[in-house]
Amino acid sequence: MTEVVPSSPQTRPALLVCEDLTIGYEGVPVLEKLNFEVRAGDYLYIVGENGSGKSTLMKTILGLTPPLSGRVVTGGGLKRSEIGYLPQQTAVQKDFPASVREVVLSGCLNRMGLRPFYSRTEKDRAARSMERLGLTGLAGKCYRELSGGQQQRVLLARALCATRKLLMLDEPVTGLDPNAAAGMYDLIASLNGEGVTVVMISHDLSAAERHASHILHLTGHGWFFGTREEYLSSDVRRRFAPAEGGER
Amino acid sequence: MMQEQLAQLATYFQYPFVRYAFIVGVLVALCSSLLGVTLVLKRFSLIGDGLSHVAFGAMAVAAVLKLTTTTVLTLPVTVICAVLLLYGGSRRIKGDAAIAMLSVSSLALGYLLMNVFSRSANLSGDVCSILFGSFSILTLDPLEVKLCAALSFAAIAVFVLFYHRIFAVTFDEDFSMATGLNARAYNLVIAVVIAVIVVLAMNLVGSLLISALIVFPALSAMRVFRSFLSVTVCSAVISVACASCGIIVSILAGTPVGSTIVAGNILVFLACALLGRMRGSAQ
Repeated sequence: MTEVVPSSPQTRPALLVCEDLTIGYEGVPVLEKLNFEVRAGDYLYIVGENGSGKSTLMKTILGLTPPLSGRVVTGGGLKRSEIGYLPQQTAVQKDFPASVREVVLSGCLNRMGLRPFYSRTEKDRAARSMERLGLTGLAGKCYRELSGGQQQRVLLARALCATRKLLMLDEPVTGLDPNAAAGMYDLIASLNGEGVTVVMISHDLSAAERHASHILHLTGHGWFFGTREEYLSSDVRRRFAPAEGGER
Repeated sequence: MMQEQLAQLATYFQYPFVRYAFIVGVLVALCSSLLGVTLVLKRFSLIGDGLSHVAFGAMAVAAVLKLTTTTVLTLPVTVICAVLLLYGGSRRIKGDAAIAMLSVSSLALGYLLMNVFSRSANLSGDVCSILFGSFSILTLDPLEVKLCAALSFAAIAVFVLFYHRIFAVTFDEDFSMATGLNARAYNLVIAVVIAVIVVLAMNLVGSLLISALIVFPALSAMRVFRSFLSVTVCSAVISVACASCGIIVSILAGTPVGSTIVAGNILVFLACALLGRMRGSAQ
């Protein structure tokens, strides 16, 4: 599915490099002079409070929102059509008549060039991705009638169809109960184990500390970027760590 | 009684202009229903209304210039406005305000132009027929019928070819763009097709009733069906059925074509809403 990723971090190509990136809406910056890079095979968690610019950062990386200054450079031969994206749910989708199969299949469109209709290959790919997320029995169901957690899994299945190298996830565990959330984390970790690079926005600091290879913490007026080990011994972590009743 | 009416209908259908009207009516109804779902879900239900007023203005200019085939002027003008409204998206004047401004100004200026320059003996009749379609569909000349048919087939072909992309862009524009689909290009396609449909539909129902033709079949189908494909197919069927029945009823009963078709659509919508509610409570 993806190219073999060499394990040494120096030889892994950087897929994304943010250089002096300033992001925001309508000229008002939310976050300034951000520098970090994502290498092939990384598992980056973006954490921070509401309004710290996590979603805006992801949209800027994806080219949906223009940066106020600085730039996002893609490398390692990464093309837009090799990215899978799980956005937050939109208002339109709440009354959209679409079956689960239709939504998941639409993730395959970016590998079809100019061909107008789905072939066997895309249908198989969608079927595999639905099976992986336990959606096979729901394929004919209407998307808007599913529970929040099921909808989230449908959107992840669609993102899987679109992914070849990089998976961008905006709060994938929203609306999931703890069990389903744990399942989702395991699934994403196993995808990462197969060589897919993952960038994920999350509120869940403890999940970040368990799964991430790198952590980007947006604090509202600053940011921290480093490997998980660097993060665990950082000041940012000490300030923002969930109150655990006295550090061990 | 029944037989008498059938005989009457058969007599009417011997005239080529009645057959033309029927063919054009069915084709126009078919295309106008296709993009309904997309427009309803993108919250653009009134775009058809706005564009049809623009088309009215253009048609008034065409009438003043004494053009025989008004489509030559109305089509490009409407396409340009559709592209500006749906695609360009000037950020200074937001969505519905821009539509309102554009539509009322072309309505007012169109009427003004017709009053100042028209030498027609029956001005209010002309205006009424542009606004409500009345019987203009029976006065299409063969060239216009061919043009209508060609444009309808083109609109249907584009919709079928881009069907999956239109679905993706409507369901989740951000996802489509982020994963490498040219969402802006597909929005442009949607804008152009909708403009073509509005110009076509003006012949059938007139410029005030176009929104009904675009929106009602989709809304009716959405009450009953639950996947994009079934909703699209169902709204096409509803639209074609309402148009055929509407045209036949209007010939027999002497009612205006456009409003008869829309009345049929309203009835179907009420029936579908009832059916949807019954299903909902049965579950």
